[in-house]
Amino acid sequence: MEIKVLHQVMEWNDDVSAQVRDALRAHRVCLINVMGSPGAGKTSLITALIGRLREQFAIGVIEGDIAGQIDAEKIAALGIPAVQLNTDGACHIEAMSIQHILPQFDLDRLDVLFVENIGNLVCPAEFDIGENFRLTVLSIPEGDDKVAKYPLMFTDTDCLALTKCDTLPYFDFDTERVAADYRGVNPQGPLFRLSVRTGEGLDALAEHLAGRIRAALA
Amino acid sequence: MHELAITQSILTISLRAAEEQHARRIRAIRLKLGAFSGVVPECVQLYLDVLAKGTIAEGAKIEAERLPLRVRCNDCGQVSEIDRRHIACPACGSVNLHRLSGREFLVDSLEVDT
Repeated sequence: MEIKVLHQVMEWNDDVSAQVRDALRAHRVCLINVMGSPGAGKTSLITALIGRLREQFAIGVIEGDIAGQIDAEKIAALGIPAVQLNTDGACHIEAMSIQHILPQFDLDRLDVLFVENIGNLVCPAEFDIGENFRLTVLSIPEGDDKVAKYPLMFTDTDCLALTKCDTLPYFDFDTERVAADYRGVNPQGPLFRLSVRTGEGLDALAEHLAGRIRAALA
Repeated sequence: MHELAITQSILTISLRAAEEQHARRIRAIRLKLGAFSGVVPECVQLYLDVLAKGTIAEGAKIEAERLPLRVRCNDCGQVSEIDRRHIACPACGSVNLHRLSGREFLVDSLEVDT
């Protein structure tokens, strides 16, 4: 005999992400989910963005890693509230983890909370953590085939940052291929080419994010 | 890697639905997976074989049905099945689309003994 069930498998995460979103809206905090491979430059990019956004917004950071405190210490050294979230082996952050960690911040004194997700181009894309928008980071040394190989990460994002563009002369990286593949999977998503090291392109991304943050807080 | 948490959820949902219907045994769990879902049914089966031991779902088979990415164009109204790598209306090229299916991930039904 067949029983109809029609039950969403991800319900446990969807329910909690909705609660996180409601809690953050009540405190007028904009959550930005930053995703990309290990070594793509997520922490460096967040650090650079903090430098360009901290005069306009009060910023906090949740640093997701499988183990260790390295990234949270880097951010805390800037005088920014930072909390390390260790997933102890899990390949992504779930909404439940964000919900547990939010009480460690004084949300009334924050405008923006960056979440640096676990370095991984696959799993984090499947989990809504209550974010207002997503920023995907792809670096030149990773290769220009990544959008084609890991489409969900580039489809379900609001913005793509192509980092380490100062290294383009040393790699056979076709930025037009990435731009075309990205247009294919995410025709409305903006793409920013930048280098944290040289500062190229950072102002444009910061300005774009500031506009989105203001819209989210309005 | 996260199939473990997902399989736990699938099992919990299935056991609850089976108990509500007073089923004695779950033979099969049918999933609907959208084109975007990265879940690997074979992997879910492996975890289920372990997690379901000692429950009425022990030995149940995972049957997965893939649903295509279907969109309706907000500009020309055309409904189409499209390739997830080329998100545009095949009729008019517009990227102003409404997604009809492709993001599903649900326990659709169970095959049970009562």
